[in-house]
Amino acid sequence: MASSSRSPADGPARGGTPVRSDRSPWNWLLLVPIVVPLIVPLYNHLEPSLFGWPLFYWLQLAFVPLGVLTTVLVYRATRRSPEERAAARAAVERDAARPTVTRDQER
Amino acid sequence: MDGVNVVELTIVIVLFLVVTVMGFVASRWRRAESLMHLDEWGLGGRSFGTWITWFLLGGDLYTAYTFVAVPALVFGAGAAGFFAVPYTVVIYPLVFLVVIRLWSVSHVRGFVTPADFVRARFDSPVMALLVALTGIVATMPYIALQLVGIEAILKAMGVEGELPLVVAFVILALYTYNSGLRAPALIAFVKDTLIYLTIIVAVIVIPTKLGGWDAIFGAAEEKFSAGTGAGVLLPATGQLGYATLALGSALALFLYPHSITGVLAASNRDVLKRNMSALPVYSLALGFIALLGFMAIAAGVTPIGEDGNTIVPVLFQEMFPSWFAGIAFAAIGIGALVPAAIMSIAAANLFTRNIYKEFLKRDATPRQEAQVAKVTSLVVKVGAVAAILFIDPQFSIDLQLIGGVIILQTLPAVALGLYTRWLHRGALIAGWVAGMAAGLLMLYNIQRLGPDGSVVREHFGGSSFALAKLGLDVQSSVYAGFLALLVNLVVTVLVTAALRAAKVPDGVDGTAEADYTAEREDPTFRDLPDPLESAPPGTGDAGARR
Repeated sequence: MASSSRSPADGPARGGTPVRSDRSPWNWLLLVPIVVPLIVPLYNHLEPSLFGWPLFYWLQLAFVPLGVLTTVLVYRATRRSPEERAAARAAVERDAARPTVTRDQER
Repeated sequence: MDGVNVVELTIVIVLFLVVTVMGFVASRWRRAESLMHLDEWGLGGRSFGTWITWFLLGGDLYTAYTFVAVPALVFGAGAAGFFAVPYTVVIYPLVFLVVIRLWSVSHVRGFVTPADFVRARFDSPVMALLVALTGIVATMPYIALQLVGIEAILKAMGVEGELPLVVAFVILALYTYNSGLRAPALIAFVKDTLIYLTIIVAVIVIPTKLGGWDAIFGAAEEKFSAGTGAGVLLPATGQLGYATLALGSALALFLYPHSITGVLAASNRDVLKRNMSALPVYSLALGFIALLGFMAIAAGVTPIGEDGNTIVPVLFQEMFPSWFAGIAFAAIGIGALVPAAIMSIAAANLFTRNIYKEFLKRDATPRQEAQVAKVTSLVVKVGAVAAILFIDPQFSIDLQLIGGVIILQTLPAVALGLYTRWLHRGALIAGWVAGMAAGLLMLYNIQRLGPDGSVVREHFGGSSFALAKLGLDVQSSVYAGFLALLVNLVVTVLVTAALRAAKVPDGVDGTAEADYTAEREDPTFRDLPDPLESAPPGTGDAGARR
């Protein structure tokens, strides 16, 4: 309990961590696949049916690709620059090459 | 042992042996020098890439029980059972931005469990304890329910007695003990391959045999046309309940400790984001699985005994040749092992970090922590088997229903806490108490009605709470967990405002703003958990921490 109060409350972290932000106008797009599948009157009908499937079933399954599409779009649009991503991959490989125990001792 | 299907049983046993060997070999897979560290054992070294994370989370979130219970629900209740589809569609965009913040702050501060985060963020060991206890209580029946899935396939194969169930879980317990999170991650490959194979074959073969989709939906319509309320479409009064159940379940899923364990094991933020787009493939599969319920109606399947969960195994048996039914059964059986392993690891982590180390042994070494976690994972599984064998399985089903409602009560602390520290620790506790009380009270007052409208069960008969009971003049009902969460949020906000006005100290935030967006390559990134001595990030004083 006392220990956590030792750490600084606010401000940029030491050690040169860049202050980033997850904010982006693209994120609003995520609301579409959250809200649309919850509007039940939209799909609570038999017709139009598709391949013998009532609307209720095929439309709700069609919301799956809608969700995939929006998350892919938001991911691509908010991705970091190629240089930063290369640095991230390098860090993963570097860590993977070293066993945990050694990493532990290095710190 | 009369009437045992030898072909099916042989195939199931062979596949089970294959995953058992994999489970033990997993400890050497992507090997670290020592497994005797909680991070290695419980989080698989936190280095899982996109593919492994996809299999692991998929195996973790879409459990055997889901695969058996969802079609059983559609079989019995029609359209209402299809809520599993919108539920698993809205969940990924919903948590898309949340899980990456949790991942970052956990890796900077070394959190292994959601309770670790709450403790540091709100400087409140009490709230952390509540989150840990809620997580354990909600997870335990979930593990027990995986056994219900195995039981269903055993019944269909004509195997009697409880010994096979016990043997399966003992083996599972041993290789989880031995290999930690690596075991389910590796086995998940087999499980998902078998599940996808089964579904693809089922969706092609069964409708052909039954005379097409028209006939399948037609048979369902005919069955429900006589009944009460249930149907191929939702009744007007069921729509609000359908939407709130989907949303409430989606909010709850990533609060479960086993989901968080899977998330934290990812190697970086992009892996998680990509998985939010890739995991819906399982939702598509789940949609088809749900429709197995209607196929069972069209095929005239009758459940074995009173157990509605057996309809899918019986359907497979009637539609497939024995050898393929065996593969499908193995898929369900192995599908039970993966989540059971991850859930028991997650429950063990919670106990070790937030109860044992916090309240019982403050100076536990990493080796002791890992040892306690391993033993706890054994105890948890023994408890799950005992719950199924000695207590009515219905008890576990009821508890799991309650589990979804109570895990939602950790949302303000765990999920909102990732975005704001405005909420006061005292208010979070008050909100949790209020939400719990409201949720349990509602569940207690839900009756289950039989097909003829008579009361079958007086209490805990479901999760859909009639708004009329609150004196509202409407016919609709709402998911009880959703309503309880609203109560929780209102209390949390009001009490926060009061406590802030009264200038009650709210502790010190153990995290910094930059933690929440930290990336893998940042100097603050670490993989060693230790929130109890959370030193400032980036000071590199591991010597002091260890």
